[in-house]
Amino acid sequence: MKRVAPPGVERSRWRDLDRLLLRSGNLVGPGFEPGEEVKEILHDMLHVLVIGAGGLGCELLKDLALTGFKKIDVIDMDTIDVSNLNRQFLFRMKDVGKSKATVAAERVMQRVHGVSVTPHFCRIEDKPPEFYQAFHIIVLGLDSVEARSWINGVVCGFLEYEDDGSVKQETIKPMVDGGTEGFKGHSRVIIPSVTPCFQCTMWLFPPQTKFPLCTLAETPRSAAHCIEWAHLIQWGQVRGAEVFDADVPEHMKWIYEQAVARAELFNIPGVTLQHTQGVVKNIIPAIPSTNAIVAASCALETLKMATMCSTGMSNYMMYMGAAGIYTHTVAYEKDPECIVCSAGVPVAIEESTTLEELMQQLCAQFPEKLATPSVSFQGCNLYMRGIFEEETRPNLAKRIIDLMEGATSGVLIVNDKKLHGPLRIQLSINAAQAMQT
Amino acid sequence: MEDKSKRYDRQIRIWGEHGQTQLENTQVCLLNCGPTGNETLKNLVLGGIASFTAVDAATVEPADLGTNFMLDADNLGQTKAKCVCGHLKELNESVNGSFVDEKPETLIESNPSFFTSFTLIIATQMGEASLLKLDELCRQSNIPLIIARSYGLMGYLRVCSDELCVVETKPDNKVEDLRLGAPWPELEKYVMEFDMNSLDDKTYKHVPWAIILMQAARKWKDEHGGNLPSSYKERNELKAQIRSIRRSLDEENFDEALSNAHWIWALPTIGSEVRTVLESPKTEVHSSSSDFWVLAAALKNFYAATGDMPLEGSVPDMTSTTEFYLEIQRLYREKADADIAAVTVQLKETLNEIGRPSDAISPEDIKVFCKNARNLQVVWNTKFSEECEGSAAVGAELTRLMGLEDSSANAALYVLLRAADRFNATHGRFPGFFDSELDEDASRLKAVAMQILADQGVANVSVPDDLVAEMCRFGAAELHCVAAIMGGAAAQEAIKIITRQFVPLDSPLIFNAMSSNTTLIKI
Ligand SMILES: [Zn+2]
Repeated sequence: MKRVAPPGVERSRWRDLDRLLLRSGNLVGPGFEPGEEVKEILHDMLHVLVIGAGGLGCELLKDLALTGFKKIDVIDMDTIDVSNLNRQFLFRMKDVGKSKATVAAERVMQRVHGVSVTPHFCRIEDKPPEFYQAFHIIVLGLDSVEARSWINGVVCGFLEYEDDGSVKQETIKPMVDGGTEGFKGHSRVIIPSVTPCFQCTMWLFPPQTKFPLCTLAETPRSAAHCIEWAHLIQWGQVRGAEVFDADVPEHMKWIYEQAVARAELFNIPGVTLQHTQGVVKNIIPAIPSTNAIVAASCALETLKMATMCSTGMSNYMMYMGAAGIYTHTVAYEKDPECIVCSAGVPVAIEESTTLEELMQQLCAQFPEKLATPSVSFQGCNLYMRGIFEEETRPNLAKRIIDLMEGATSGVLIVNDKKLHGPLRIQLSINAAQAMQT
Repeated sequence: MEDKSKRYDRQIRIWGEHGQTQLENTQVCLLNCGPTGNETLKNLVLGGIASFTAVDAATVEPADLGTNFMLDADNLGQTKAKCVCGHLKELNESVNGSFVDEKPETLIESNPSFFTSFTLIIATQMGEASLLKLDELCRQSNIPLIIARSYGLMGYLRVCSDELCVVETKPDNKVEDLRLGAPWPELEKYVMEFDMNSLDDKTYKHVPWAIILMQAARKWKDEHGGNLPSSYKERNELKAQIRSIRRSLDEENFDEALSNAHWIWALPTIGSEVRTVLESPKTEVHSSSSDFWVLAAALKNFYAATGDMPLEGSVPDMTSTTEFYLEIQRLYREKADADIAAVTVQLKETLNEIGRPSDAISPEDIKVFCKNARNLQVVWNTKFSEECEGSAAVGAELTRLMGLEDSSANAALYVLLRAADRFNATHGRFPGFFDSELDEDASRLKAVAMQILADQGVANVSVPDDLVAEMCRFGAAELHCVAAIMGGAAAQEAIKIITRQFVPLDSPLIFNAMSSNTTLIKI
């Protein structure tokens, strides 16, 4: 429940923040106007979404509430576990098993009066794009590349373009992202179509180490090999169709015992229950101080974005605290051919190319993104799956140049079940050839 | 008990049970309970310290409710230290908390012995004069002190301690200690007797790259008067020799051998940090030397006798049969154990000489010391007085930083923060406290800053007017987000000092929340 401020407190409560919001400055963002209006926008108008109510999420909710944001939503599908309590400071032992989003929202509203935090206890994929569309800024406290890619696809999918190809400003929805591991962490600002999106800088995420199956089956050398053998091979062979669930203690115990037996067989030391859980659940070590640093940096950038009260981060900050303190701030560049956030991926075809041939070419070019594409041009369906399939099927054999009514360049919109948003193709048809005919 | 290991699981994976035990024995004193202090303490209470004592004389005012998460509207008018203590204790029932309703500045003057019962002191939002005394006091009692400060969109962080000796520095980029170019006799014998040619194709694919490389290195040395390849050309020739004994292109062990070939000539070096330890006069040990220095003295003797550090003893994973890999692993472990035994012999002699029992240092401690010998580090932080009272080192560093594009703004912020403190000492308020005096305060603040630069001997540079104006605009605001960043960083430093793992700061740090970067003032 939202708590109401005691009378007379509200005005003086924001004394420190007001130094920035009511005073003009020299090192501020474009168009910053100090005064009551910017305060009103921050306190009463802006609606922000926090994705994740875990280590970063708890910190983010606290930081945003104490930065003057009063309308906050939070979404998280997880429930509280004992191992969260060393850093997810909004939770207590008695909360174990309850929804993270619900408890976090309640605690922040109890402590910071005047703020309203709305929890959503579900998967991010359960919400339609319109849900995300409703927020002014989305702040991410996630720990997986998959979830980041998903929301990135949704948010970049909001981008719309003018006829001249420029982005409609009102369709840009900014995101702020944080991540931590041990004493290291990063924060970054993503303004789709202006700064790089996750896809543009996918190389920043190191690939996960996966052991070859033959190593696990034939030549194990480490405790981790024995554990993964039990997890990936032995479980299926012995327990058959039963689905493995790392949160069921009996399942974890079984894996551990199998791994111990295998390690004994090969004389390999080091299989412990702790190690087994770490390998099977792919546990990333985490401490509260790093989450605090990264989340506060994200919340500060959210404030700057909302009010322009100071120069913003451009656009990525790395914090390394293991050896002294070292930070690295860098302005990464957008990938002009990014298939998620760019105005379109350039694709060249011959004059003779048919729609079917183009679709095959695209599937070969983007095997991870396309499998069953549908294609449209200037709002007109060229080929659609589903109920329009039969109607549009004859187009497959037609030449693209004919479908585009003689134009030798244009933007095709491609949709696919594998994509989170439409893929824009900037098509150019070999013009020299076109003119000869 | 089981709940405890579950609760701390994610951090024990970082600093181990032994690090956790150190944390659980720590008694922290926090000076000033603003957001910077509370956020620092919050992270340590969550981590499971033994106890904390919060010191602050203020009462809770409305402005606290806009910055401090450890206070709520029900606390208005009450003692801040008491309210904060209550909220912090809720975070972890195994942590004891108490509070002292006094001004830290007064305590330092009136009751210096108060501070000697703690293992760590965290001083937040305090001015120069009191910190000078506190630093002296803490150094006398050998208690580490962390100073943290949030000021508008900037922050300052510093560790004060005469010396912090770290065994488990845990560097990010570990250099493998494999000695492929110069194996010891047992390893050399195993490798030379290893007959690759007689293996069937499947086993040939599972010869560990360490063996492939050691055989290639041996052959090369035999053909080149005992020398390893030294030029780019020679190194490529050696790689070509490795390629020539492949049987097929799908041998992953050969791919691995080629990409790891540099370990033949890139011998692990002895870094400047370890050299500093070995060459330190502190290795001339006596009865009251710390265990670290007694071990360092033994290591120094070992190094003098063998010309090398003890072997680290672990082997990275590589394509191999189980049998070959375990055999190599065993050889490395046995050599590491032999080195530990040799260091132990040196250590016992050293302990004897200084009149301590020969088993005064546990085998586990000796083992950890030897395994980390190559990465030992001692961190020294200069006295706070050297930073404040105008020394040539500070002047030279400020001159250097102000001349660099990346750091000039942050060096100016550093000077301006000290200027703001002096301004406060003179005027009884910080610059920019009143809206009506912003412009006048800017010229006053700039004058103080220029005086500080002149005192430090920094000539021909000025502090930019933009930054002077921003510092006045901040009006000493303690913003929650900046406080959370400084508190997070301070807690990381505290954890490093308490667990004696990773490497603490060795110089004052400036955080610039406008550009999101940091600068170290190396003095
Ligand atoms: Zn992109």
